[in-house]
Amino acid sequence: MENSYRGFAHKYGKNVDTDVIIPGKYCNLVDPVELGKHALEGLDADYVANMKPGDIIVADSNFGCGSSREVAPIAIKGSGTSAVIAKSFARIFYRNALNIGLPIFESPEAVDGISSGDRIEVEPATGVVRNITTGKDYQAAAFPPFMQSLIETGGLLPYVERRLKERAKA
Amino acid sequence: MGMTLTEKILARHAGLAFVEPGQIINANVDLVLANELSAAVAIGVMRQIQGATKVFDRTKIALVEDHFVPAKDPQSAKIAKLMKDFADEQEIVHFFDVGRGGIEHVVLPEEGLVAPGELIVGGDSHTCTYGAWGAFATGMGSTDIAAAFVLGEVWIKVPASIKMIYDGHPGPMIFAKDIMLATVGTLGIDGATYRALEYHGSMIDALPMTGRATMANMAIEAGAKNGIFHADAKTVAYVEERTQRKFLVERSDDDAVYERTVRIDVGSLEPQVACPHTPDNVHGISDVTRDDIPLDQVFIGSCTNGYIEDLREVAAILDGKKIASRLRVIINPGSQKVWMQAANEGILSKLAAAGCVVNTPGCGACFGGHMGTLGDGERCLSTTNRNYVGRMGSPKAEVYLASPATCAASALTGKITDPRILSLAQV
Repeated sequence: MENSYRGFAHKYGKNVDTDVIIPGKYCNLVDPVELGKHALEGLDADYVANMKPGDIIVADSNFGCGSSREVAPIAIKGSGTSAVIAKSFARIFYRNALNIGLPIFESPEAVDGISSGDRIEVEPATGVVRNITTGKDYQAAAFPPFMQSLIETGGLLPYVERRLKERAKA
Repeated sequence: MGMTLTEKILARHAGLAFVEPGQIINANVDLVLANELSAAVAIGVMRQIQGATKVFDRTKIALVEDHFVPAKDPQSAKIAKLMKDFADEQEIVHFFDVGRGGIEHVVLPEEGLVAPGELIVGGDSHTCTYGAWGAFATGMGSTDIAAAFVLGEVWIKVPASIKMIYDGHPGPMIFAKDIMLATVGTLGIDGATYRALEYHGSMIDALPMTGRATMANMAIEAGAKNGIFHADAKTVAYVEERTQRKFLVERSDDDAVYERTVRIDVGSLEPQVACPHTPDNVHGISDVTRDDIPLDQVFIGSCTNGYIEDLREVAAILDGKKIASRLRVIINPGSQKVWMQAANEGILSKLAAAGCVVNTPGCGACFGGHMGTLGDGERCLSTTNRNYVGRMGSPKAEVYLASPATCAASALTGKITDPRILSLAQV
Protein backbone atom coordinates (compact mmCIF):
# COMPACT_ATOMS: atom_id res chain seq x y z
CA MET A 1 0.00 0.00 0.00
CA GLU A 2 1.28 3.46 -0.87
CA ASN A 3 1.70 5.93 2.00
CA SER A 4 -0.43 8.43 0.14
CA TYR A 5 -2.07 9.11 -3.20
CA ARG A 6 -1.65 12.56 -4.71
CA GLY A 7 -3.21 14.05 -7.79
CA PHE A 8 -5.72 16.43 -9.28
CA ALA A 9 -9.44 15.81 -8.80
CA HIS A 10 -11.73 14.98 -11.69
CA LYS A 11 -15.27 15.38 -10.40
CA TYR A 12 -18.40 13.61 -11.68
CA GLY A 13 -22.02 13.20 -10.63
CA LYS A 14 -24.02 10.37 -9.08
CA ASN A 15 -24.69 6.88 -10.49
CA VAL A 16 -21.52 6.66 -12.62
CA ASP A 17 -22.31 3.22 -14.03
CA THR A 18 -20.00 0.52 -15.35
CA ASP A 19 -21.26 1.01 -18.92
CA VAL A 20 -19.71 4.48 -18.99
CA ILE A 21 -16.64 3.45 -16.96
CA ILE A 22 -15.74 0.87 -19.60
CA PRO A 23 -18.22 0.51 -22.48
CA GLY A 24 -19.28 -3.05 -23.36
CA LYS A 25 -17.43 -3.10 -26.65
CA TYR A 26 -14.10 -3.11 -24.77
CA CYS A 27 -15.06 -5.88 -22.35
CA ASN A 28 -13.33 -8.56 -24.41
CA LEU A 29 -10.01 -6.94 -23.44
CA VAL A 30 -8.07 -8.23 -20.43
CA ASP A 31 -4.87 -6.13 -20.47
CA PRO A 32 -5.12 -3.36 -17.82
CA VAL A 33 -3.13 -0.89 -19.95
CA GLU A 34 -5.35 -1.43 -22.99
CA LEU A 35 -8.46 -1.16 -20.83
CA GLY A 36 -7.04 1.95 -19.21
CA LYS A 37 -6.97 3.75 -22.56
CA HIS A 38 -10.79 3.73 -22.50
CA ALA A 39 -11.46 4.49 -18.82
CA LEU A 40 -14.59 6.61 -18.35
CA GLU A 41 -14.91 6.91 -22.13
CA GLY A 42 -18.70 6.79 -22.04
CA LEU A 43 -18.87 9.62 -19.50
CA ASP A 44 -15.95 11.88 -20.38
CA ALA A 45 -14.22 10.98 -23.64
CA ASP A 46 -11.36 13.35 -22.69
CA TYR A 47 -10.67 11.88 -19.25
CA VAL A 48 -7.70 9.76 -20.26
CA ALA A 49 -6.21 12.57 -22.38
CA ASN A 50 -6.63 15.13 -19.61
CA MET A 51 -5.59 13.10 -16.57
CA LYS A 52 -2.08 12.68 -15.25
CA PRO A 53 -0.86 9.55 -13.47
CA GLY A 54 -1.92 9.73 -9.84
CA ASP A 55 -5.05 11.80 -10.47
CA ILE A 56 -8.13 11.00 -8.44
CA ILE A 57 -11.74 10.48 -9.52
CA VAL A 58 -14.23 12.18 -7.21
CA ALA A 59 -17.91 11.30 -7.64
CA ASP A 60 -21.30 11.52 -5.99
CA SER A 61 -23.29 8.50 -4.74
CA ASN A 62 -23.62 4.93 -6.13
CA PHE A 63 -20.36 4.96 -8.11
CA GLY A 64 -19.94 1.82 -10.23
CA CYS A 65 -23.57 0.73 -10.41
CA GLY A 66 -24.68 -1.72 -13.08
CA SER A 67 -22.76 -4.73 -14.29
CA SER A 68 -20.32 -6.95 -12.39
CA ARG A 69 -17.54 -6.38 -14.93
CA GLU A 70 -14.27 -6.40 -13.01
CA VAL A 71 -12.68 -4.66 -15.99
CA ALA A 72 -14.37 -1.45 -14.72
CA PRO A 73 -12.04 -0.95 -11.73
CA ILE A 74 -9.21 -2.56 -13.75
CA ALA A 75 -9.65 0.12 -16.46
CA ILE A 76 -9.59 2.92 -13.89
CA LYS A 77 -6.46 1.52 -12.29
CA GLY A 78 -4.93 0.83 -15.71
CA SER A 79 -5.40 4.47 -16.72
CA GLY A 80 -3.05 5.52 -13.91
CA THR A 81 -5.80 6.90 -11.70
CA SER A 82 -4.60 6.46 -8.13
CA ALA A 83 -7.90 6.39 -6.22
CA VAL A 84 -11.65 7.00 -6.34
CA ILE A 85 -13.44 9.04 -3.69
CA ALA A 86 -17.24 8.86 -3.74
CA LYS A 87 -20.22 9.47 -1.48
CA SER A 88 -21.02 5.78 -1.86
CA PHE A 89 -20.19 2.82 -4.10
CA ALA A 90 -22.40 0.20 -5.70
CA ARG A 91 -22.01 -3.20 -4.05
CA ILE A 92 -20.26 -5.27 -6.72
CA PHE A 93 -17.92 -2.44 -7.77
CA TYR A 94 -16.88 -1.94 -4.13
CA ARG A 95 -15.93 -5.59 -3.79
CA ASN A 96 -14.19 -5.70 -7.17
CA ALA A 97 -12.17 -2.53 -6.48
CA LEU A 98 -10.83 -3.96 -3.22
CA ASN A 99 -10.13 -7.31 -4.88
CA ILE A 100 -8.03 -5.80 -7.66
CA GLY A 101 -6.34 -3.20 -5.47
CA LEU A 102 -7.98 0.03 -6.66
CA PRO A 103 -8.03 2.28 -3.59
CA ILE A 104 -11.55 3.59 -2.91
CA PHE A 105 -12.75 5.95 -0.19
CA GLU A 106 -16.25 6.89 0.97
CA SER A 107 -16.70 10.44 2.21
CA PRO A 108 -19.73 12.59 1.35
CA GLU A 109 -18.10 15.60 3.04
CA ALA A 110 -14.91 15.28 1.00
CA VAL A 111 -16.88 14.98 -2.24
CA ASP A 112 -18.87 18.12 -1.39
CA GLY A 113 -15.65 19.92 -0.45
CA ILE A 114 -13.69 19.07 -3.62
CA SER A 115 -13.95 20.77 -7.02
CA SER A 116 -12.54 19.55 -10.30
CA GLY A 117 -8.90 20.58 -10.58
CA ASP A 118 -8.29 20.72 -6.82
CA ARG A 119 -5.08 19.08 -5.68
CA ILE A 120 -5.90 16.12 -3.42
CA GLU A 121 -3.94 13.85 -1.13
CA VAL A 122 -5.34 10.69 0.46
CA GLU A 123 -3.69 8.65 3.22
CA PRO A 124 -5.02 5.10 2.98
CA ALA A 125 -3.79 4.11 6.45
CA THR A 126 -5.84 6.81 8.18
CA GLY A 127 -8.52 7.52 5.57
CA VAL A 128 -7.67 11.21 5.69
CA VAL A 129 -8.57 13.06 2.49
CA ARG A 130 -6.75 16.36 2.19
CA ASN A 131 -7.81 19.08 -0.22
CA ILE A 132 -4.43 20.79 -0.67
CA THR A 133 -6.01 23.53 -2.78
CA THR A 134 -8.46 24.63 -0.06
CA GLY A 135 -6.47 23.39 2.94
CA LYS A 136 -9.40 21.38 4.33
CA ASP A 137 -9.17 17.81 5.66
CA TYR A 138 -11.89 15.15 5.60
CA GLN A 139 -12.18 11.71 7.14
CA ALA A 140 -13.24 8.81 4.90
CA ALA A 141 -15.32 6.00 6.37
CA ALA A 142 -13.31 3.14 7.86
CA PHE A 143 -13.56 -0.19 6.07
CA PRO A 144 -15.56 -2.87 7.92
CA PRO A 145 -13.17 -5.05 10.01
CA PHE A 146 -13.39 -8.05 7.67
CA MET A 147 -12.56 -5.91 4.63
CA GLN A 148 -9.75 -4.23 6.57
CA SER A 149 -8.21 -7.62 7.37
CA LEU A 150 -8.46 -8.63 3.71
CA ILE A 151 -6.74 -5.41 2.65
CA GLU A 152 -4.02 -5.80 5.29
CA THR A 153 -3.20 -9.34 4.19
CA GLY A 154 -2.86 -8.22 0.59
CA GLY A 155 -6.32 -8.88 -0.79
CA LEU A 156 -8.42 -11.91 -1.64
CA LEU A 157 -5.70 -14.08 -3.17
CA PRO A 158 -3.55 -14.50 -0.04
CA TYR A 159 -6.80 -15.21 1.80
CA VAL A 160 -7.65 -18.00 -0.70
CA GLU A 161 -4.13 -19.40 -0.41
CA ARG A 162 -4.43 -19.48 3.38
CA ARG A 163 -7.81 -21.28 3.17
CA LEU A 164 -6.27 -23.86 0.81
CA LYS A 165 -3.40 -24.49 3.23
CA GLU A 166 -5.81 -24.84 6.17
CA ARG A 167 -7.75 -27.46 4.20
CA ALA A 168 -4.60 -29.34 3.22
CA LYS A 169 -3.69 -29.64 6.92
CA ALA A 170 -7.19 -30.67 8.01
CA MET B 1 -36.43 -14.02 16.12
CA GLY B 2 -37.21 -15.58 12.75
CA MET B 3 -35.28 -15.49 9.52
CA THR B 4 -36.15 -14.48 5.98
CA LEU B 5 -35.80 -16.94 3.12
CA THR B 6 -32.52 -15.30 2.09
CA GLU B 7 -31.17 -15.55 5.65
CA LYS B 8 -32.20 -19.22 5.93
CA ILE B 9 -30.42 -20.19 2.71
CA LEU B 10 -27.29 -18.30 3.74
CA ALA B 11 -27.29 -19.77 7.26
CA ARG B 12 -27.62 -23.34 5.97
CA HIS B 13 -24.78 -22.86 3.48
CA ALA B 14 -22.56 -21.42 6.20
CA GLY B 15 -23.33 -24.27 8.62
CA LEU B 16 -24.95 -21.84 11.05
CA ALA B 17 -28.27 -22.07 12.87
CA PHE B 18 -28.89 -18.37 12.62
CA VAL B 19 -27.60 -15.37 10.69
CA GLU B 20 -28.62 -11.73 10.73
CA PRO B 21 -28.19 -8.77 8.37
CA GLY B 22 -24.70 -7.30 8.34
CA GLN B 23 -23.05 -10.54 9.50
CA ILE B 24 -20.16 -11.73 7.33
CA ILE B 25 -20.25 -15.46 6.63
CA ASN B 26 -18.30 -18.00 4.64
CA ALA B 27 -20.86 -19.91 2.58
CA ASN B 28 -20.55 -23.04 0.47
CA VAL B 29 -21.79 -22.60 -3.08
CA ASP B 30 -23.87 -25.06 -5.10
CA LEU B 31 -22.92 -23.59 -8.47
CA VAL B 32 -20.41 -21.07 -9.81
CA LEU B 33 -21.17 -19.44 -13.16
CA ALA B 34 -18.97 -17.53 -15.56
CA ASN B 35 -19.26 -16.33 -19.14
CA GLU B 36 -16.32 -15.77 -21.46
CA LEU B 37 -15.82 -12.18 -20.27
CA SER B 38 -15.78 -12.85 -16.55
CA ALA B 39 -14.00 -16.19 -17.07
CA ALA B 40 -11.19 -14.63 -19.11
CA VAL B 41 -10.22 -12.51 -16.11
CA ALA B 42 -11.09 -15.17 -13.49
CA ILE B 43 -8.96 -17.86 -15.14
CA GLY B 44 -5.99 -15.47 -15.16
CA VAL B 45 -6.55 -14.77 -11.46
CA MET B 46 -6.85 -18.49 -10.63
CA ARG B 47 -3.48 -19.13 -12.30
CA GLN B 48 -1.92 -16.71 -9.81
CA ILE B 49 -3.25 -18.54 -6.74
CA GLN B 50 -0.48 -20.70 -5.30
CA GLY B 51 -1.63 -24.23 -4.66
CA ALA B 52 -4.67 -23.93 -6.90
CA THR B 53 -4.48 -26.35 -9.80
CA LYS B 54 -8.00 -27.75 -9.86
CA VAL B 55 -11.48 -26.30 -9.47
CA PHE B 56 -13.27 -27.40 -6.28
CA ASP B 57 -15.85 -29.54 -8.13
CA ARG B 58 -16.00 -29.91 -11.89
CA THR B 59 -19.74 -30.66 -11.74
CA LYS B 60 -20.57 -27.43 -9.89
CA ILE B 61 -19.22 -24.93 -12.37
CA ALA B 62 -21.13 -23.66 -15.38
CA LEU B 63 -19.30 -21.90 -18.22
CA VAL B 64 -21.44 -20.27 -20.90
CA GLU B 65 -20.15 -18.63 -24.08
CA ASP B 66 -22.69 -15.84 -24.61
CA HIS B 67 -21.40 -12.28 -24.72
CA PHE B 68 -19.31 -11.93 -27.89
CA VAL B 69 -20.26 -15.16 -29.65
CA PRO B 70 -20.28 -16.33 -32.36
CA ALA B 71 -16.97 -14.49 -32.03
CA LYS B 72 -17.22 -10.97 -33.37
CA ASP B 73 -13.45 -10.56 -33.89
CA PRO B 74 -10.14 -12.31 -33.14
CA GLN B 75 -9.92 -10.89 -29.60
CA SER B 76 -13.41 -12.25 -28.83
CA ALA B 77 -12.46 -15.59 -30.34
CA LYS B 78 -9.35 -15.59 -28.14
CA ILE B 79 -11.27 -15.25 -24.87
CA ALA B 80 -13.95 -17.71 -26.01
CA LYS B 81 -11.17 -20.23 -26.71
CA LEU B 82 -9.49 -19.42 -23.39
CA MET B 83 -12.67 -20.47 -21.56
CA LYS B 84 -13.20 -23.53 -23.74
CA ASP B 85 -9.61 -24.67 -23.15
CA PHE B 86 -10.09 -24.16 -19.42
CA ALA B 87 -13.30 -26.23 -19.54
CA ASP B 88 -11.37 -29.02 -21.29
CA GLU B 89 -8.41 -28.85 -18.92
CA GLN B 90 -10.59 -28.90 -15.81
CA GLU B 91 -13.08 -31.36 -17.32
CA ILE B 92 -15.94 -28.97 -16.54
CA VAL B 93 -19.20 -30.84 -17.11
CA HIS B 94 -21.48 -27.86 -17.76
CA PHE B 95 -19.80 -26.03 -20.63
CA PHE B 96 -22.15 -24.44 -23.17
CA ASP B 97 -20.77 -23.38 -26.53
CA VAL B 98 -22.63 -21.65 -29.35
CA GLY B 99 -25.51 -23.81 -30.57
CA ARG B 100 -25.86 -25.72 -27.29
CA GLY B 101 -26.58 -22.95 -24.87
CA GLY B 102 -27.56 -19.33 -25.27
CA ILE B 103 -27.79 -16.60 -22.64
CA GLU B 104 -26.45 -17.97 -19.35
CA HIS B 105 -29.42 -16.92 -17.21
CA VAL B 106 -31.90 -18.54 -19.59
CA VAL B 107 -29.77 -21.66 -20.02
CA LEU B 108 -29.00 -22.61 -16.41
CA PRO B 109 -32.62 -22.97 -15.19
CA GLU B 110 -33.55 -24.74 -18.45
CA GLU B 111 -30.77 -27.27 -17.87
CA GLY B 112 -31.87 -28.03 -14.32
CA LEU B 113 -28.81 -26.33 -12.79
CA VAL B 114 -30.91 -24.11 -10.50
CA ALA B 115 -33.15 -25.37 -7.69
CA PRO B 116 -34.89 -23.88 -4.64
CA GLY B 117 -32.71 -23.28 -1.61
CA GLU B 118 -29.45 -23.40 -3.55
CA LEU B 119 -26.67 -20.81 -3.37
CA ILE B 120 -25.35 -19.67 -6.74
CA VAL B 121 -22.73 -17.05 -7.54
CA GLY B 122 -21.94 -15.87 -11.03
CA GLY B 123 -19.56 -13.56 -12.83
CA ASP B 124 -22.44 -11.54 -14.19
CA SER B 125 -24.64 -9.07 -12.37
CA HIS B 126 -27.86 -10.65 -13.65
CA THR B 127 -27.05 -13.89 -11.82
CA CYS B 128 -29.79 -12.68 -9.45
CA THR B 129 -32.27 -14.10 -12.01
CA TYR B 130 -32.18 -17.51 -10.28
CA GLY B 131 -34.03 -16.05 -7.30
CA ALA B 132 -37.12 -16.74 -9.41
CA TRP B 133 -36.62 -20.41 -8.53
CA GLY B 134 -36.18 -19.74 -4.82
CA ALA B 135 -32.39 -19.81 -4.87
CA PHE B 136 -30.04 -17.24 -3.34
CA ALA B 137 -28.13 -16.00 -6.37
CA THR B 138 -25.87 -13.00 -6.74
CA GLY B 139 -23.40 -11.48 -9.18
CA MET B 140 -19.73 -10.98 -8.38
CA GLY B 141 -16.57 -9.90 -10.15
CA SER B 142 -13.93 -12.17 -11.62
CA THR B 143 -11.58 -12.30 -8.63
CA ASP B 144 -14.39 -13.48 -6.35
CA ILE B 145 -15.38 -16.00 -9.02
CA ALA B 146 -11.81 -17.27 -9.22
CA ALA B 147 -11.84 -17.75 -5.44
CA ALA B 148 -15.16 -19.61 -5.70
CA PHE B 149 -13.78 -21.81 -8.51
CA VAL B 150 -10.99 -22.89 -6.18
CA LEU B 151 -12.61 -22.94 -2.75
CA GLY B 152 -16.25 -23.66 -3.50
CA GLU B 153 -17.09 -21.01 -0.96
CA VAL B 154 -17.50 -17.24 -0.87
CA TRP B 155 -17.64 -14.62 1.82
CA ILE B 156 -20.97 -12.84 1.91
CA LYS B 157 -22.37 -10.03 3.99
CA VAL B 158 -25.90 -11.12 4.92
CA PRO B 159 -28.28 -8.60 3.34
CA ALA B 160 -31.30 -7.11 5.07
CA SER B 161 -34.49 -7.96 3.20
CA ILE B 162 -37.06 -5.62 1.71
CA LYS B 163 -40.54 -7.13 1.45
CA MET B 164 -42.16 -6.21 -1.85
CA ILE B 165 -45.92 -6.75 -1.84
CA TYR B 166 -47.83 -6.53 -5.10
CA ASP B 167 -51.56 -5.88 -4.62
CA GLY B 168 -54.39 -5.96 -7.15
CA HIS B 169 -54.93 -7.59 -10.51
CA PRO B 170 -53.05 -6.46 -13.60
CA GLY B 171 -55.03 -4.85 -16.41
CA PRO B 172 -54.66 -5.76 -20.09
CA MET B 173 -51.13 -5.73 -21.52
CA ILE B 174 -49.51 -5.57 -18.08
CA PHE B 175 -46.69 -8.09 -17.73
CA ALA B 176 -43.95 -8.99 -15.28
CA LYS B 177 -41.70 -6.47 -17.08
CA ASP B 178 -44.12 -3.61 -16.41
CA ILE B 179 -44.38 -4.61 -12.75
CA MET B 180 -40.60 -4.78 -12.37
CA LEU B 181 -40.01 -1.47 -14.16
CA ALA B 182 -42.52 0.07 -11.74
CA THR B 183 -40.57 -1.55 -8.89
CA VAL B 184 -37.22 -0.13 -10.03
CA GLY B 185 -38.88 3.24 -10.60
CA THR B 186 -40.28 3.17 -7.06
CA LEU B 187 -37.09 2.01 -5.32
CA GLY B 188 -34.56 3.94 -7.47
CA ILE B 189 -31.32 2.53 -8.86
CA ASP B 190 -29.66 2.54 -5.45
CA GLY B 191 -32.84 1.99 -3.44
CA ALA B 192 -32.00 -1.62 -2.60
CA THR B 193 -28.19 -1.53 -2.52
CA TYR B 194 -26.85 -4.35 -0.28
CA ARG B 195 -30.45 -5.58 0.21
CA ALA B 196 -32.47 -8.65 -0.73
CA LEU B 197 -35.78 -8.08 -2.50
CA GLU B 198 -38.37 -10.67 -1.46
CA TYR B 199 -41.39 -10.71 -3.76
CA HIS B 200 -44.90 -11.35 -2.37
CA GLY B 201 -48.53 -11.13 -3.48
CA SER B 202 -51.17 -13.31 -5.11
CA MET B 203 -50.51 -11.62 -8.43
CA ILE B 204 -46.89 -12.72 -8.22
CA ASP B 205 -47.93 -16.31 -7.47
CA ALA B 206 -49.90 -16.32 -10.73
CA LEU B 207 -46.83 -15.44 -12.82
CA PRO B 208 -45.18 -18.16 -14.91
CA MET B 209 -41.60 -19.06 -13.90
CA THR B 210 -40.29 -16.93 -16.74
CA GLY B 211 -42.24 -13.88 -15.53
CA ARG B 212 -40.70 -14.37 -12.11
CA ALA B 213 -37.31 -14.60 -13.84
CA THR B 214 -37.94 -11.23 -15.50
CA MET B 215 -38.57 -9.72 -12.07
CA ALA B 216 -35.68 -11.38 -10.24
CA ASN B 217 -33.37 -10.48 -13.15
CA MET B 218 -33.88 -6.75 -12.63
CA ALA B 219 -33.38 -6.77 -8.84
CA ILE B 220 -29.83 -5.54 -9.56
CA GLU B 221 -31.32 -2.54 -11.36
CA ALA B 222 -32.41 -1.33 -7.91
CA GLY B 223 -28.91 -2.16 -6.64
CA ALA B 224 -30.09 -5.31 -4.80
CA LYS B 225 -27.76 -8.16 -3.93
CA ASN B 226 -30.47 -10.69 -4.76
CA GLY B 227 -34.17 -10.93 -5.56
CA ILE B 228 -36.07 -13.98 -4.36
CA PHE B 229 -39.43 -15.72 -4.72
CA HIS B 230 -40.78 -18.50 -2.54
CA ALA B 231 -40.84 -21.77 -4.44
CA ASP B 232 -44.32 -23.17 -5.02
CA ALA B 233 -45.84 -26.12 -6.89
CA LYS B 234 -45.04 -24.42 -10.20
CA THR B 235 -41.38 -24.07 -9.22
CA VAL B 236 -41.10 -27.63 -8.00
CA ALA B 237 -42.71 -29.00 -11.18
CA TYR B 238 -40.33 -26.95 -13.35
CA VAL B 239 -37.24 -28.13 -11.49
CA GLU B 240 -38.26 -31.78 -11.14
CA GLU B 241 -38.78 -31.98 -14.89
CA ARG B 242 -35.13 -31.08 -15.35
CA THR B 243 -33.11 -32.64 -12.54
CA GLN B 244 -33.05 -35.58 -10.15
CA ARG B 245 -31.12 -33.50 -7.62
CA LYS B 246 -32.63 -33.19 -4.13
CA PHE B 247 -33.51 -29.68 -3.03
CA LEU B 248 -35.09 -27.98 -0.06
CA VAL B 249 -38.11 -25.68 -0.19
CA GLU B 250 -38.07 -23.19 2.67
CA ARG B 251 -40.16 -20.19 3.64
CA SER B 252 -39.48 -16.97 5.48
CA ASP B 253 -40.58 -17.25 9.11
CA ASP B 254 -43.72 -15.41 10.15
CA ASP B 255 -41.61 -13.37 12.57
CA ALA B 256 -38.79 -12.71 10.09
CA VAL B 257 -37.51 -9.15 10.23
CA TYR B 258 -37.68 -6.93 7.14
CA GLU B 259 -35.92 -3.63 6.84
CA ARG B 260 -39.06 -2.24 5.24
CA THR B 261 -42.14 -3.20 3.27
CA VAL B 262 -42.96 -1.59 -0.07
CA ARG B 263 -46.39 -2.07 -1.64
CA ILE B 264 -47.12 -1.65 -5.34
CA ASP B 265 -50.69 -1.53 -6.63
CA VAL B 266 -50.50 -3.59 -9.80
CA GLY B 267 -54.15 -2.86 -10.60
CA SER B 268 -53.43 0.81 -11.22
CA LEU B 269 -50.42 0.23 -13.50
CA GLU B 270 -50.44 1.04 -17.17
CA PRO B 271 -47.63 -0.28 -19.42
CA GLN B 272 -44.34 1.08 -18.07
CA VAL B 273 -41.39 2.58 -19.94
CA ALA B 274 -37.93 3.39 -18.57
CA CYS B 275 -36.74 6.50 -20.38
CA PRO B 276 -33.07 7.43 -20.99
CA HIS B 277 -30.62 7.16 -19.28
CA THR B 278 -31.31 5.18 -16.11
CA PRO B 279 -33.56 2.15 -15.52
CA ASP B 280 -35.37 3.97 -12.70
CA ASN B 281 -36.50 6.81 -14.97
CA VAL B 282 -39.82 5.00 -15.30
CA HIS B 283 -43.07 6.50 -16.57
CA GLY B 284 -46.53 5.23 -17.50
CA ILE B 285 -46.90 4.87 -21.24
CA SER B 286 -49.56 7.57 -21.62
CA ASP B 287 -47.03 10.00 -20.19
CA VAL B 288 -44.34 8.82 -22.61
CA THR B 289 -46.52 8.81 -25.75
CA ARG B 290 -47.81 12.34 -25.18
CA ASP B 291 -45.22 13.33 -27.79
CA ASP B 292 -44.26 11.07 -30.70
CA ILE B 293 -41.02 9.21 -29.99
CA PRO B 294 -39.87 7.77 -33.34
CA LEU B 295 -37.59 4.73 -33.24
CA ASP B 296 -34.66 3.43 -35.29
CA GLN B 297 -34.52 0.00 -33.68
CA VAL B 298 -36.67 -2.30 -31.58
CA PHE B 299 -34.88 -5.08 -29.70
CA ILE B 300 -36.78 -8.02 -28.22
CA GLY B 301 -34.93 -10.63 -26.19
CA SER B 302 -32.13 -10.84 -23.58
CA CYS B 303 -31.95 -12.53 -20.16
CA THR B 304 -34.84 -10.31 -19.09
CA ASN B 305 -37.34 -11.10 -21.85
CA GLY B 306 -35.93 -13.78 -24.14
CA TYR B 307 -38.37 -16.52 -23.11
CA ILE B 308 -40.85 -18.44 -25.24
CA GLU B 309 -43.78 -16.70 -23.53
CA ASP B 310 -42.27 -13.34 -24.57
CA LEU B 311 -41.87 -14.43 -28.19
CA ARG B 312 -45.44 -15.81 -28.28
CA GLU B 313 -46.75 -12.44 -27.12
CA VAL B 314 -44.75 -10.63 -29.78
CA ALA B 315 -45.82 -13.05 -32.53
CA ALA B 316 -49.46 -12.64 -31.55
CA ILE B 317 -49.15 -8.90 -32.15
CA LEU B 318 -47.05 -9.04 -35.33
CA ASP B 319 -48.65 -12.07 -37.02
CA GLY B 320 -49.82 -11.22 -40.52
CA LYS B 321 -48.64 -7.61 -40.24
CA LYS B 322 -45.56 -5.69 -41.37
CA ILE B 323 -43.25 -3.70 -39.11
CA ALA B 324 -42.95 0.02 -39.81
CA SER B 325 -40.78 1.02 -42.75
CA ARG B 326 -37.35 2.47 -41.86
CA LEU B 327 -37.31 0.48 -38.60
CA ARG B 328 -35.07 -2.44 -37.62
CA VAL B 329 -36.57 -5.08 -35.36
CA ILE B 330 -34.15 -7.57 -33.85
CA ILE B 331 -35.47 -10.70 -32.15
CA ASN B 332 -33.13 -12.48 -29.76
CA PRO B 333 -34.41 -15.80 -28.39
CA GLY B 334 -32.79 -16.40 -25.00
CA SER B 335 -31.42 -19.85 -25.68
CA GLN B 336 -31.06 -22.56 -28.28
CA LYS B 337 -34.04 -24.34 -26.68
CA VAL B 338 -36.19 -21.20 -26.84
CA TRP B 339 -35.08 -20.71 -30.46
CA MET B 340 -36.06 -24.29 -31.38
CA GLN B 341 -39.38 -24.06 -29.55
CA ALA B 342 -40.17 -20.78 -31.34
CA ALA B 343 -39.24 -22.41 -34.65
CA ASN B 344 -41.45 -25.43 -33.93
CA GLU B 345 -44.38 -23.19 -33.04
CA GLY B 346 -43.99 -21.22 -36.26
CA ILE B 347 -43.14 -18.05 -34.33
CA LEU B 348 -39.82 -17.36 -36.06
CA SER B 349 -41.34 -17.51 -39.55
CA LYS B 350 -44.16 -15.18 -38.51
CA LEU B 351 -41.67 -12.69 -37.12
CA ALA B 352 -39.43 -12.95 -40.18
CA ALA B 353 -42.43 -12.47 -42.47
CA ALA B 354 -43.27 -9.29 -40.55
CA GLY B 355 -39.79 -7.95 -41.33
CA CYS B 356 -37.91 -8.81 -38.13
CA VAL B 357 -34.47 -10.38 -38.08
CA VAL B 358 -33.87 -13.29 -35.68
CA ASN B 359 -30.44 -13.30 -34.00
CA THR B 360 -28.39 -16.08 -32.50
CA PRO B 361 -29.15 -16.36 -28.75
CA GLY B 362 -26.65 -14.23 -26.85
CA CYS B 363 -25.97 -11.03 -24.94
CA GLY B 364 -24.40 -9.03 -27.81
CA ALA B 365 -26.79 -6.18 -28.54
CA CYS B 366 -27.97 -5.64 -24.95
CA PHE B 367 -24.56 -4.51 -23.69
CA GLY B 368 -23.36 -2.78 -26.86
CA GLY B 369 -21.10 -5.66 -27.83
CA HIS B 370 -22.24 -6.62 -31.34
CA MET B 371 -25.24 -7.73 -33.43
CA GLY B 372 -27.39 -4.64 -32.93
CA THR B 373 -25.28 -1.81 -31.50
CA LEU B 374 -26.62 1.72 -31.90
CA GLY B 375 -25.01 4.66 -33.69
CA ASP B 376 -24.92 8.37 -32.82
CA GLY B 377 -28.39 9.86 -32.59
CA GLU B 378 -30.21 6.52 -32.85
CA ARG B 379 -33.08 5.57 -30.60
CA CYS B 380 -34.03 2.04 -29.53
CA LEU B 381 -36.96 0.57 -27.63
CA SER B 382 -35.76 -2.59 -25.95
CA THR B 383 -36.92 -5.39 -23.67
CA THR B 384 -33.48 -5.48 -22.01
CA ASN B 385 -32.65 -4.36 -18.49
CA ARG B 386 -30.35 -1.33 -18.71
CA ASN B 387 -30.41 1.96 -20.59
CA TYR B 388 -27.35 3.78 -19.26
CA VAL B 389 -25.48 6.14 -21.56
CA GLY B 390 -23.74 4.03 -24.20
CA ARG B 391 -25.25 0.77 -22.95
CA MET B 392 -26.22 -0.42 -26.44
CA GLY B 393 -23.46 1.34 -28.37
CA SER B 394 -22.95 5.04 -28.99
CA PRO B 395 -23.04 7.33 -25.95
CA LYS B 396 -25.12 9.59 -28.21
CA ALA B 397 -27.84 6.95 -28.65
CA GLU B 398 -31.01 6.66 -26.54
CA VAL B 399 -32.45 3.45 -25.08
CA TYR B 400 -35.98 3.08 -23.73
CA LEU B 401 -36.98 -0.11 -21.85
CA ALA B 402 -40.41 -1.77 -22.00
CA SER B 403 -42.25 -5.08 -22.19
CA PRO B 404 -42.21 -7.34 -25.28
CA ALA B 405 -45.84 -6.35 -25.98
CA THR B 406 -45.03 -2.63 -25.90
CA CYS B 407 -42.03 -3.29 -28.14
CA ALA B 408 -44.16 -5.29 -30.60
CA ALA B 409 -46.86 -2.63 -30.76
CA SER B 410 -44.17 -0.01 -31.33
CA ALA B 411 -42.61 -2.15 -34.06
CA LEU B 412 -45.82 -1.77 -36.07
CA THR B 413 -45.99 2.01 -35.76
CA GLY B 414 -42.29 2.91 -35.68
CA LYS B 415 -42.78 4.99 -32.54
CA ILE B 416 -43.32 4.18 -28.86
CA THR B 417 -46.89 2.87 -28.75
CA ASP B 418 -49.32 1.74 -26.06
CA PRO B 419 -50.02 -1.96 -26.72
CA ARG B 420 -53.52 -1.58 -25.25
CA ILE B 421 -54.54 0.48 -28.29
CA LEU B 422 -53.80 -2.52 -30.52
CA SER B 423 -55.62 -4.96 -28.30
CA LEU B 424 -58.67 -2.69 -28.27
CA ALA B 425 -58.56 -2.40 -32.07
CA GLN B 426 -58.46 -6.19 -32.36
CA VAL B 427 -61.53 -6.71 -30.18
